[in-house]
Amino acid sequence: MIPLNTDEGFSGPVITSEVPTLDWWLLAPFLVVFGAGVLAVLFEAFVPAARRRGLQVAVAFLALLAAFLLFVLQAGTLPEEGATLVAGVLAVDRVVLFFQGTIAVLALISLVLITERRDGRDAFAAQAATVPGSEQERAHIMAGSQHTEVYPLVLFAVLGMFMFPAANDFLTMFIALEVMSLPLYLLCGLARRRRLFSQEAAVKYFLLGAFSSAFFLFGIALVYGYAGSVNFAEVRAAVENGGAPIFDGGDGDPLMLMGIGLVAIGLLFKVGAVPFHNWKPDVYQGAPTPITALMASCTLVAAFGALLRVFFVPFGGSLELWEPMLWTIAVLTMVVAAIVAITQRDVKRLLAYSSVVHAGFILTAVVAASTDGLAGAMFYLAAYGFTTLGAFAILTLVRTRDGGQELGDIERWSGLGRRHPGLAGALSLFLLAFTGIPLTSGFIGKFAVFEAAVAAGATPLVVVGVLSSAVTAFFYIRIIVVMFFRDPEEEGPTVVPAGMLTGGVITVGVAATLTLGVFPGPVLDTLLPSDEAGPEPAAVMVDEASLERTSP
Amino acid sequence: MIPWLTIAIALPAIGAVAVRALSRARTPAADTAQMRRSEAATGGGTDTITQVRPARGTAAGAENAKRVAFGFSLATLAVVVAMALRFDTGASGMQFEQTHDWIPRFGVHYAVGVDGIALVLILLSAVLVPLVMLAAWREHEDREDGGAGYFALILVLQAMMVGVFAATDVFLFYVFFEAMLIPVYFMIGRYGRGEQRARAAVKFLLYSLVGGLIMLVAVIGVYVAGGTFLWTELTGSGGALAGIDTELAVWLFLGFFIAFAIKAPMWPVHTWLPDAAQASRPGTAVLLVGVLDKVGTYGMLRYCLELFPSAVSAFVWPVVALSVVSIVYGAILAIGQSDMMRLVAYTSVSHFGFITLGIFALTEQAQAGAALYMVNHGFATGALFLVVGFLISRRGSAEIADYGGVQRVAPLLAGAFLVAGLAGLGLPGLAPFVSEFLVLIGVYAFSPVAAVIAVLGVVLAALYILWMFQRTMTGPTPERLSGLKDLNVREKWAVGPLLALLIVFGLYPQPMLDAIGPAVERTAQIGTADTSAADGATTEEGGRE
Repeated sequence: MIPLNTDEGFSGPVITSEVPTLDWWLLAPFLVVFGAGVLAVLFEAFVPAARRRGLQVAVAFLALLAAFLLFVLQAGTLPEEGATLVAGVLAVDRVVLFFQGTIAVLALISLVLITERRDGRDAFAAQAATVPGSEQERAHIMAGSQHTEVYPLVLFAVLGMFMFPAANDFLTMFIALEVMSLPLYLLCGLARRRRLFSQEAAVKYFLLGAFSSAFFLFGIALVYGYAGSVNFAEVRAAVENGGAPIFDGGDGDPLMLMGIGLVAIGLLFKVGAVPFHNWKPDVYQGAPTPITALMASCTLVAAFGALLRVFFVPFGGSLELWEPMLWTIAVLTMVVAAIVAITQRDVKRLLAYSSVVHAGFILTAVVAASTDGLAGAMFYLAAYGFTTLGAFAILTLVRTRDGGQELGDIERWSGLGRRHPGLAGALSLFLLAFTGIPLTSGFIGKFAVFEAAVAAGATPLVVVGVLSSAVTAFFYIRIIVVMFFRDPEEEGPTVVPAGMLTGGVITVGVAATLTLGVFPGPVLDTLLPSDEAGPEPAAVMVDEASLERTSP
Repeated sequence: MIPWLTIAIALPAIGAVAVRALSRARTPAADTAQMRRSEAATGGGTDTITQVRPARGTAAGAENAKRVAFGFSLATLAVVVAMALRFDTGASGMQFEQTHDWIPRFGVHYAVGVDGIALVLILLSAVLVPLVMLAAWREHEDREDGGAGYFALILVLQAMMVGVFAATDVFLFYVFFEAMLIPVYFMIGRYGRGEQRARAAVKFLLYSLVGGLIMLVAVIGVYVAGGTFLWTELTGSGGALAGIDTELAVWLFLGFFIAFAIKAPMWPVHTWLPDAAQASRPGTAVLLVGVLDKVGTYGMLRYCLELFPSAVSAFVWPVVALSVVSIVYGAILAIGQSDMMRLVAYTSVSHFGFITLGIFALTEQAQAGAALYMVNHGFATGALFLVVGFLISRRGSAEIADYGGVQRVAPLLAGAFLVAGLAGLGLPGLAPFVSEFLVLIGVYAFSPVAAVIAVLGVVLAALYILWMFQRTMTGPTPERLSGLKDLNVREKWAVGPLLALLIVFGLYPQPMLDAIGPAVERTAQIGTADTSAADGATTEEGGRE
C-alpha cells in the first residue's frame, strides 16, 4: 500500500501551492557554476576552435573560484542552525558549506591538472569518437584537435557534487547524483593514451553506476512508501512516529529496512565501499589521470557528504536499523581492500584500492553517529583529498622511456628516489600520510575518526581498522622501498619536468599534508562544529532537520 | 626560565635542516629552474635521466655538512649536560616542565618535562650521537651526498629521541614514538649494509607499526576514558584514570605493552632486531639498540605501570616469565651466531630481558637496577657495536670466521673490544655490573626462582662474549689480516669516551642512582600493593603540581 498525499500533515513534495521564495544569496554558488557550464557549452558551439581552450579554462577557473569565495562568505553570514532553499529541496548549513568549500578547492586543484599540457597536448583524446588506432584518429592528432568539452563537463560534475551533500530530499539527491555522475562517465573515456582501456573503464563505470542509481531510486520509492514523503525532515519525523499514519504498530518496518538498504547501496557504490568497490580500480586506472584525481578527491568528498547526510538526518532516528549493516560494510571494506591491494602492481590501481580502504576508515566515523564522528570524517576527507591530489599529480609525471604513456608498474620505478629525490620524497610523504604516520595530515584524520568510533563504543571496529592500516602500510612502504632502496635500472621510467602547474599542485599537496598534520588545530576548531555548539549526536545536521520539521 | 628540553629537541632538528641544505648541491627551487632550462634545451621534450641527475656534491661540501652536523650534536650535548647539572635530584616528579596547547579539540598539548629516568636516557642519547657520527665519518664517502644525508637523518632521529623521552603528553609521546621510525627506516634501508637491508628495514618498520597502531587504540582509549592526554593529570589516585575499572585498565595496559614489547624487543616479538642490526651500519645499530629500544622499556615503566596501576598485578607473572625466556633464549642464540652484528643483537635481547625483569619485579632495587641498566647497556652495547664496526670498516665483513689473531696487529682495537665485551658480560668494576647486580638482588626478593634462572643468563654471557673474543682476537694472525690497521685518532675519540664512562660509572654509579632514585621510588610503589600504591602516588602527585 502506497500512502497517497491526501493525509493531513503530509504535504508531499509533488506540487506546492505557493510560489517558493528564493534565497538568491545562498543559491548563488550553484547558479554561478551552472551558468558557467551553460556558457561553456555555448562557447563550444560558437567560438572558433583555436580560441576555445583559453576561454574555457578561464571560465571554469573563474566559476569555481567565485563559488569558493561565495561559500566562504556564506559561512560568515549563515545562521548557526542553517537554512533551506527553494521550498526545502536544498539545505545549507555549516557542515554542508565545509563540504562544498572543500570540493571547490579540490576541484580547482584538479582543474589545474586537467589544464596541464605537455608538448602542446593535454591528457585527453584528440577526438574521442574515432576508433582507437584508426586513420581518422591519426588525422585528428595531426590536426591538433582537442576536446575542450572537458571543461563544461567538469563544471557540471562539480555542480552535482555541490548539490549532493546539500540535497534536502531524496529526489533532489538523486538528481544531484546523476548530474555529478553522467559527466564523469564521459570524462573517464577520454584518455589520450591507452584509449581502449579508457573506454572500457567508461563503459564499466557507466553500467555499474546506472545499476547503483536504479537501486538508489528503488530505495527512495520504498522510503516514500514508508514515510509518505521524500523530504528528509518528514522522513525523519515519520521514522520517529513509527511510519506514515497508515501503518500501525510497526507494519511499515520492512519497507523502511529495504529502503535504507537500497539507498545505502547507491551511496556506498559512489563511496566505493566493499562489496560495491569493483569499479574503482578499473576506472581509476583507465581514466585520464587528472580525471582520476578529480574523482578520488572531489567525488569521494561529495559522496561521503551525501552519505553522512542521509544516515544522520532522515535515517538518524533508526540508528539501530542501519548501524549493524554499516559495521559489516566497514569491516569488509577495510579488510578486503587492504588484502587485495597487496597484490597490485599498478600504482593507479593500488591508489584505487587504497581509496577503498580509506573509505572504510571514514565509515567507522559514520558508524559512530556523533558530532565527533562527523567532524572526524570531514577532516579526514579534506586531508585525504589534498594528499591524494598530490599523489596523482606525481603519477602524471612518471612516464615510459619513449616519452609516451604514464608508467604505472611499481616494479619499474626502481631508483626513482636516487634520480629524482624531490619528486620521490614528495610521493613518500603522501604515502606516509596514507599510512597514517604522525606529523602528517593522515595521522590526525585517522586519530579523529578512530577516536570518535571508540567514544561511540565501536572499539572492535577500530581494532580491525588499525590492523588493516598495518596491512596497507606494507604496500605503501613497498613503493618507498622500490624508489629509494633499489638501484636505478637502465630501462627505468622517464620523469617529465613538473612545470609550473603540476609542480604547484604537488607543492600544495605537500604543504597541506604537513600543515594539517602539524597544526590541525585551526581547521578542527573553526570549520567544524565545536563541542559547545551541540552536545546532541550529529547535532548540526539533525538540528537543521528538526528546524524544518516545526516550520510547516 | 630557559626551555631546556625544547632547545634540546629543536637544536638537532634545525641542524638536520641545515645539513640537508648544505649537502645538496641544488635547492628545490634551483632544481625546477634547471629542469626548465633543460626542457628549453631539448625543445620542451622529455629530457633524459642523465640531465636531471643531481650534481655530485663536492667532497668538501659533504665534509662541511658533516662538520656542521657534528657541531650541532655537540651543542645538543652541551645543552643536555647544562640541563642535567641544574636537575634537582632531591625532587620527585617532573622538572623543566613546559605545557602549551597544541590541538585543543583533542586536548593535545605540547608538554615536556623530565624525571630522573628520562633525564639519564636523554643524556645517553646526547652522548651517543656525536660518537656515532665520529665513527661513521668515512662510511658513506662513495655516495653522491658523501654521507651528509645520513648525518642529517641522525640529527632528525636525535630530536625525536629527546622528544620521546621528554614528552609528558601521551599523544605527543605517540607522535615521537611513531615518527621516529621513519629516519631509522631510511638509515637501515638506504644507508644500511648488505643485500638484505631493504627487507630488514621493511621488517623493522612493519613490526614497529603494528605495535604502534595497537598502541594507538590504547592511546585513544586513554583519552576516551580519561578525557585528557596530560600525563600529570592522568596518573595518581586523583588522576583522570584512577576510577576506570580493572578490565578496561588491563586492555589498555595490554595495548601499550604490546607496542613496547615489540620495541624492547622481548621474546617472542624480537625477531626483527637481529635482521635490522645485521643490515644496519654500526652507528645505526648503536642508536637503534642503545637508545631506540629503550623507549620500549622506558614506556613500560612510565606508561604501563604508572597509567594503569590497577592492571599491573595481572601482568607481573606473564611478563616475568617472558623476560626470563628472553634472557636465556637471547643468550643461547647469541652463542650460535656467526655474524658479530647479529650476535650483539641477540645479547641485547638477553639484556633487555634483565631490564623488563627488573621493571616487573616491582621492587625498588630491581627497578633502580633496570633504569640504570638502560643507560649502561647503551654505553656497553654502543661500544661493542662501534668496535665491530671498526672491524667491518677494515675488512668489509662481520663474519666471525673472517677474523682471528687481531690483537697482534691491532692491540688497541682488541683492547677496546675486550673492555666493551667484559662490560657486556657484567664484569665487576664496569658499569653494567652494578645494574645487573641490583636487578638480581631486587628480583631475588621478589622471586628466587626467576633470579636463579636469570643468573644463567650471566653465565651464558661470559660464554658468548669470551668465545667471540677468542675466535676473532686471539690465536695466530692469518696472512690476509697482517696489514690490519689499529685504531686511528678519530676512532679512538669515538670509542674512548664510552669506555671511560663504563669504567667511571662502574666504580662510582652514585650520581646516576641519585638522579633516578626519586622516580623509581614513585614507580616501585605501584606494584607493592595495588591500592596503597595509588595513595602513595597521590602525595607524589601533589608535590609535582
